[in-house]
Amino acid sequence: MKSLLATLALTTALTLPSLAMARPVTLTTTLNNYGGDGAYLALYVTDTSGAYVGSLWMAGGKSKYYEHLTDWYRATGGDTAQVNGITGASIGAGRTLEITLNLADALFDAGYTLHIDAAVEDMRDSPNEVAVPLTTTGAGTSVPGRRYVASFAYDM
Amino acid sequence: MIRALHRWPGLLALVLVTILSLSGAALSVFPAAERLAAPQAETELTVATLADRIQLVYPGVEQIRRSPSGQITAYWFDQGTPGAAVIDPATGEGVASADPNQVERWITNLHRSLFLGDGGRIAMAAGAAAMLVLSLSGAALVARRTGGWRHWFAPLRGPLAGRLHVEIARIAVVGLLLSSTTALWMTASTFDLLPDGGAPPAFPAEVSNETGVALDRLAGLSEIPVADLRELSFPYPGDTTDVFTLKTDRGTGYLDQGDGVLLAWADLTGWERVSETIYMLHTGQGAAVLGLVLGLMALGVPAMGATGVLIWLAGRRARPRIRGNQPAGRAGTILLVGSEGGSTWGFAATLHAALTQAGQSVHVGPMSGFAPERYTRAERIILLAATYGDGAAPASAKGFLDRLNAFDRVPDMPIAVLGFGDRSFPAFCAFAKDVAAAAQAKGWPELLPLETVDRQSPQDFARWGRALGDALRIDLELSHQPVLPKTETLTLVSRRDYGAEVQAPTAILRFALPRVTLWQRLVGAGFARFEAGDLIGVLPEGSAVPRLYSLASARCDGFIEIVVKKHPGGLCSGQLTALEPGDTVTAFLRRNPGFRPGPSRAPLILIGAGTGIGPLAGFVRGNTRRRPIHLFFGMRHPKSDFFYGEELPAWQDEERLVRLVTAVSRVEHPHYVQDALRDDAAQVTRLIRDGARVMVCGGREMAAGVADTLAEILAPAGLTPAVLKAEGRYVEDVY
Repeated sequence: MKSLLATLALTTALTLPSLAMARPVTLTTTLNNYGGDGAYLALYVTDTSGAYVGSLWMAGGKSKYYEHLTDWYRATGGDTAQVNGITGASIGAGRTLEITLNLADALFDAGYTLHIDAAVEDMRDSPNEVAVPLTTTGAGTSVPGRRYVASFAYDM
Repeated sequence: MIRALHRWPGLLALVLVTILSLSGAALSVFPAAERLAAPQAETELTVATLADRIQLVYPGVEQIRRSPSGQITAYWFDQGTPGAAVIDPATGEGVASADPNQVERWITNLHRSLFLGDGGRIAMAAGAAAMLVLSLSGAALVARRTGGWRHWFAPLRGPLAGRLHVEIARIAVVGLLLSSTTALWMTASTFDLLPDGGAPPAFPAEVSNETGVALDRLAGLSEIPVADLRELSFPYPGDTTDVFTLKTDRGTGYLDQGDGVLLAWADLTGWERVSETIYMLHTGQGAAVLGLVLGLMALGVPAMGATGVLIWLAGRRARPRIRGNQPAGRAGTILLVGSEGGSTWGFAATLHAALTQAGQSVHVGPMSGFAPERYTRAERIILLAATYGDGAAPASAKGFLDRLNAFDRVPDMPIAVLGFGDRSFPAFCAFAKDVAAAAQAKGWPELLPLETVDRQSPQDFARWGRALGDALRIDLELSHQPVLPKTETLTLVSRRDYGAEVQAPTAILRFALPRVTLWQRLVGAGFARFEAGDLIGVLPEGSAVPRLYSLASARCDGFIEIVVKKHPGGLCSGQLTALEPGDTVTAFLRRNPGFRPGPSRAPLILIGAGTGIGPLAGFVRGNTRRRPIHLFFGMRHPKSDFFYGEELPAWQDEERLVRLVTAVSRVEHPHYVQDALRDDAAQVTRLIRDGARVMVCGGREMAAGVADTLAEILAPAGLTPAVLKAEGRYVEDVY
């Protein structure tokens, strides 16, 4: 179980200067026992048109492997500045990643989608492992991923 | 310096390099197994055809990968369920699970990080660095020991642990250098310290927005052979902005899913290519045979670790603390030591103690610290000098000769040089001889002439000690026991007497085998295992200094046999030749691996005189394989000291001995073994030219005479005893 509290201080649209217009959101990602080494996960947000808006978390410290998070890599060009300060360790099979972030209210119910790309050494790359729309009503609902994620939920 | 660079990284990183090498050796098997198990694509198969076949079987295919072993893996989704399999390229069907091998994964994680994440990776990289330092320093030591890089594979002599260590090292070092340097490169790459990251082309902004191109219409796919494929990723179903991504061993590109056009392409960078080659060299993935070879070489590391520790322990045990060592400026006797493994320090300690007891003030130091300007009160300088390998200065005497040669004026106090060495080396005591010659050339007054100690012989040392005592007008009894071995009590079972008529009373003594413990039997210690030519050290009553005798029997003969001549006034030989069956002596076994006939089937020329026949008779007795043996035996008179005269004809009948040539010296026309060799020059030359091995056993003068005679005989054939010695084909056991 990983519990982290991070405050996004990036110049992305995800946070607003005043915390009054943001709220703490807990993202919980549990991996299944896929039988491989630790997974790299990229958590990021796209807008209504599918365009990349910003990153929320990067699990996995070695940037040379980021190209296996195909969609994220394609959207950012592999720019590590996107995940500066919001990077942690890779997540072992069966483990849970729990992060709490102050997310802007404006992100919810406005057509934004949260994506997770996943990759594991010597196993398939799994871009778009999870894609959930960010809505206030969707909070607390668990969704499964395609290959590595057993369940993902965001709670406010 | 080099030795320290070898010893300390070796001892400190012993556990790490052992884990690295064992896990590495285990991992080397997997690429080869994968190569054998993977169904291989026919050579003319193109990526388009392969992708077509797979898509037919798995319509939801998302990615196709080819590993360096040729194994094809496909990943797909079937109604939302992920699937993956190893594919038979001939059919496109899955034939095996694509899940990672859990054993391989476990060993890989042990090998690269000890399951400890980045900290473990750094520790293992430190292990690889230690391996690199060990390989380089070890190679330098091997070159020094064998007498230069050109003699890399020269035959080795000396104790077993040291020989094994070098035998393994000089083969394995190539692999270990490769594995350790590539490991360091890969670690640097993992930690992003190298600019070898991938540089895929920018994702195309403009696409046709169409879908459904036939795979064989994708640009180039019908030309690219499967052997060049790395990876082919399919676009998301329903996403018209997505593309095909193709990776080959040349680079990465994007292909339009509507018209099949190549939208963008980027070649692999030079750094990427280098890193990929290094990855292949390290893992054997794509070079399975090389991987197996490297794995085998890595298996040498634990063996070298074990023998290395044994060498270090032996050196440490042999180097005692010197109590009451005087400062150089106040000592009357300066005792300088040139030692490689440390055993000469033990002799220095004994000499120091004996001189101190006799009232002298003695300073002991390494020869490399030679500084005559500091020896203000010194009356004499004594050098105890070993030799390293082919005549080089031993570790603690580095730079001594240079310093000596640089002096305009040598010190006034006289010098004595005692050399330590092993007569089975061609360069026996070569360094001590160089030092003595240099001192003489400088006009340095001599306290004692150069003397030598063969194989740490306590007798040689004691003899020299008496000469030193005479020179100093003190009573000096040096009783040095290098390593106190465990002694056994041996019981005499029979004796045969010879030589009384020629004033050389000699006995062939046969002792019963002592009981050996289970442990001795398991590890082959003590008398549990011995060969003819090995030595026994007999401790006579009234002396702590053992006397060494060559064995004339092997363990399998079921007895211990030696040939002993009674020396006038000799303490040990007197006691031995007075033994009656049932009497006992205290003795221990000392192996003598340098004096063995060896496993070869090449003819043997055995040359011995007097009691020197002992081990040679043992070789003949043990020659059940009927290797051609020619024995030259010098005696005084056949009626008196023809040792083994009863057995030799029988051994000849059994073809254990091809020919016996005797030389008799106490007759009207004295004849020595040298003469016998000269009479037989043609055949001796022929035998040696055809690869025969020469073994000489007997007194020092006899051995020197034989060497001179052989030099003379062999000169027309362009051979010399020195060359044969260097090849390990001429060995002596001299006393």
